[in-house]
Amino acid sequence: MLIRKPSDILPSEITPEATYRDRRTFLAAAGGLLAAAALPLKAKGAQGSGANLGPLQKSPLSTSETPNTYAQVTQYNNFYEFGTGKDDPAREAWRLKPRPWEVKVTGLCAKPRTFGIEELLKLAPLEERIYRMRCVEGWSMVIPWVGFPIKALLDKVQPLGSARFVAFFSADRPDQMPGVRLPVLDWPYLEGLRLDEANHPLAILAVGLYGQILPNQNGAPIRLVAPWKYGFKGGKSIVEIRLVKDQPWTSWAKANPNEYGFYANVNPNHDHPRWSQKTERRIGELLRRPTQMFNGYGDQVAHLYRGMDLDTYF
Amino acid sequence: MATSPSRIAAKTALWIACLAPALRLVWGAFHPESNLLGVNPVQYLLWACGWWALFLLTATLAITPLMRLTGWAWLARFQRPLGLFAFAYAALHFLVYALLDQAGAWGQIPRDLVKRPFIVVGLLAFLILLALAITSTKGWQKRLKVNWKRIHRLIYLAAILAVIHFAWKEKVGWVEPRVLAFAAAVGVLLVYRVIAKATTGTGRRTRTTPAPKASA
Repeated sequence: MLIRKPSDILPSEITPEATYRDRRTFLAAAGGLLAAAALPLKAKGAQGSGANLGPLQKSPLSTSETPNTYAQVTQYNNFYEFGTGKDDPAREAWRLKPRPWEVKVTGLCAKPRTFGIEELLKLAPLEERIYRMRCVEGWSMVIPWVGFPIKALLDKVQPLGSARFVAFFSADRPDQMPGVRLPVLDWPYLEGLRLDEANHPLAILAVGLYGQILPNQNGAPIRLVAPWKYGFKGGKSIVEIRLVKDQPWTSWAKANPNEYGFYANVNPNHDHPRWSQKTERRIGELLRRPTQMFNGYGDQVAHLYRGMDLDTYF
Repeated sequence: MATSPSRIAAKTALWIACLAPALRLVWGAFHPESNLLGVNPVQYLLWACGWWALFLLTATLAITPLMRLTGWAWLARFQRPLGLFAFAYAALHFLVYALLDQAGAWGQIPRDLVKRPFIVVGLLAFLILLALAITSTKGWQKRLKVNWKRIHRLIYLAAILAVIHFAWKEKVGWVEPRVLAFAAAVGVLLVYRVIAKATTGTGRRTRTTPAPKASA
């Protein structure tokens, strides 16, 4: 029989590194909350418990439509890294650790480098952008994002003339994301924009929702939002942004090239092979409403696609 | 199981079990604060009714093999009510699609029915169940004689179509494990019947009791 001398310190008394890091995160978040409490008012309708992002600029690009509630926006999500059910992300996303977080910006640019999330939060004045979001499945919401134009980040790294596309890679963490253990899509989730699309003022990197830091299930800590495109174009929990010459082979286009295109502009005239895209159900409404070309952002973005056959480049 | 009180108890249990999912959905629809139906209630109703239709359809198919394996002839009287409940949930699923899911866009239904193979497949399964439900009465059983049994074997086709309909709606080629479970169950039950037919030569179950009463 093996007799061991008891150690002076019980294993349970040693704090694992992850735990003390969590404590720091907690303290930082608590500090944020205190600061938030000092501010006069949270965004109307907000019920979240995330740290407040402080004073936000209003944007003329916001819609005047009534936003969906915080509960709707955070309980009905497509985020396959946490499962294919709409309620899976709300249930499973607590596993994701969105701090500390870094985003590598690489590829065809003069000054490639890595940005910490705290730096990204200060990169440009944070704006509230209330956007329509149309899912390729035929439902839609109005969401008050907080973010900054992607262009602000790209300007920092100075894209080279040879760069024509921007690829956005999402986190692929089997230990924190149960969904990536299944071969539903080719992980990591990859989305992309043409460089001129990425530089469009409507295209943002969102870091918040309803004035607070982004909840995990919505793509914390930083995600892509391009409101004239179907929702799946908005890569979540981004860890790398790469400037490239050729059109990226994005996740959904790869999964089913006949049904999901690279451009994925909202287009009521181009049906999904298995369902119509002419109408959508706004979450919270009973009657379907007609889907608008470019999700209603045609005045701002239609010129990007002049001369292109949108049935070919769907 | 021959005694009448136990028969009544079994039938009551079956009705409660089959009605419970529908009652839950109705309760949820009238209590939005419970969030039982989630953020997109119409979509959830559509999915839940379809899921129960497929579940009860599979359960109906399982009766004959189960009866043969166990020798419990009394199971036979569950076959018709289960099948009719499967039809009822399929009908609810169809009504939710037509009246709620497509609300405000009714004009696009006919076009969708023609253009969308996965909807066509689901509709075919529903029409088969409708025909079987109409001809499920004792009167029709007498009128169709030997053909009644042949016609009612179409339930296998309905089940196969329903599984395809269920799997085909997915956004990716990825098929949910529970869909695979249904596919496997229907497959096993079908193979069992085919083998049974081959070995007995007739495919008809040997009756140990008189034909089940018509009351459902």
